[in-house]
Amino acid sequence: MDNQTTASIRVCLPFHLRNLAQVGPEVTVQSARPVTIQSVLDAVEAHYPMLRGTIRDYDTGKRRAFLRYFACQEDYSLEPAGTVLPEAVAEGREPFLVVGAIAGGAI
Amino acid sequence: MSSVRVLVGTHKGAFVCEADGKRDKWTVSGPHFAGWEIYHMKGSPADPNRIYASQTSGWFGQVVQRSDDGGKTWFQPGVKPGEDAQSWPPKPSNKFAYDTSEATGKPLTTHQWYDGTQHPWEFKRVWHFEPAPNNPDVVYAGVEDAALFKSTDGGESWHELANLRGHGTGPKWSPGAGGMGLHTIIVDPKNPDRIYIAISAAGAFRTDDGGKTWKPINKGLHSNFMPDPNAEIGHCVHHVAMHPSRPDTLFMQKHWDVMRSDNAGDSWQEVSGNLPTDFGFCIDVHAHEPETLYVVPIKSDSLHYPIDGALKVYRSRTGGNEWEALTKGLPQENCYVNVLRDAMAVDTLDQCGIYFGTTGGQVYVSPDGGDNWQPIAENLPAVLSVEVQTL
Repeated sequence: MDNQTTASIRVCLPFHLRNLAQVGPEVTVQSARPVTIQSVLDAVEAHYPMLRGTIRDYDTGKRRAFLRYFACQEDYSLEPAGTVLPEAVAEGREPFLVVGAIAGGAI
Repeated sequence: MSSVRVLVGTHKGAFVCEADGKRDKWTVSGPHFAGWEIYHMKGSPADPNRIYASQTSGWFGQVVQRSDDGGKTWFQPGVKPGEDAQSWPPKPSNKFAYDTSEATGKPLTTHQWYDGTQHPWEFKRVWHFEPAPNNPDVVYAGVEDAALFKSTDGGESWHELANLRGHGTGPKWSPGAGGMGLHTIIVDPKNPDRIYIAISAAGAFRTDDGGKTWKPINKGLHSNFMPDPNAEIGHCVHHVAMHPSRPDTLFMQKHWDVMRSDNAGDSWQEVSGNLPTDFGFCIDVHAHEPETLYVVPIKSDSLHYPIDGALKVYRSRTGGNEWEALTKGLPQENCYVNVLRDAMAVDTLDQCGIYFGTTGGQVYVSPDGGDNWQPIAENLPAVLSVEVQTL
């Protein structure tokens, strides 16, 4: 539940991470305010610890190369982790999307 | 009656195949972890229900999976789905951090890159898990970029045995075409402090003190592609096998050449003998005949498929040099698959079973030591690894 220090954030995960966490296509996590890329991913990893290391590299904390972040039709993949996400995300009207890149045709 | 469980890692998931001691009727379950690359799965000798699996992806990185019920159900160590983490913060079962600490004294940060420059070590994936002989919670992991990790808590956390990379030759190690993976781990069943490992393309190494000190064991290996064909390191070792009753005798399938050592790797002799080609990836030893070996010759390093499209396992009953082709039940025309380094295994039933998987998705068994072969499965994704448990 939203309060002055946290917000309920909807997060859409790619197929394989849903399976890893055994969840549906969308989850809701409690993010610290202000709601940033980092606060949302921290909340995802805290609630679904099996996803630690699968979205962000353990050592560097950087986004994995073949994943992208989107919100409100905008690409946040290259934005700094502390970037504040749109109010529509913080209010739960729009989800934060973690998307697997379409990266070639490996077998 | 005894039974066997075959653990098959593929490009698109894991499969568990089971049969009774006759090994003629198989059940195949899977894919587990569908869509992920399963580089390797291996059961604990101390507890056959304990199995470790390396689940990896170019998108999502490394995940460690564990089963405590013989492969029926799986979880990430320390984090069971549907349950709270067993510790908080949860132990990072998929965190493999290279040790550069002062405490272990060897802050080694680079190795040789393809262009001859030095390159930072970057963790990519686990190539091989080796559970310890006597304790199911102790397991070793061979990783790319080459390093050896150890867990003493059932895979919940990992620490590097850093003196392998730090013993002196590490900055000269360079990747092979398939990456710089530590792919072979053999723990001496009579002396758990003695561990053999092999790396592509650095060579073989041995510790006699549980990983505190290491030395290259490549004397006698000859690699024409190197500036110094007899160099101390740089050899492209594909796989090493050992019979548990003779832990000082090792057999190696090198990039070219099949080799043996009778002094724990201190020196090697070529035993390729009459093989039609001595290029290949896998090698294994009969469970009850320590001088009976198996390899699958592959045409060349440029053509990763069998000669003339005929899939043949070669067996030597003389510890090498004299080899015979085994073909009954294997495709002898239009077969252009490969058999990768960790994709051959043997069971320990009275009549030893031999198993291997192909990049064409076939898994074969010979329940009679190689004389006759039959498919367990024929249309799996490309097989990366095969291990077998005798239950």
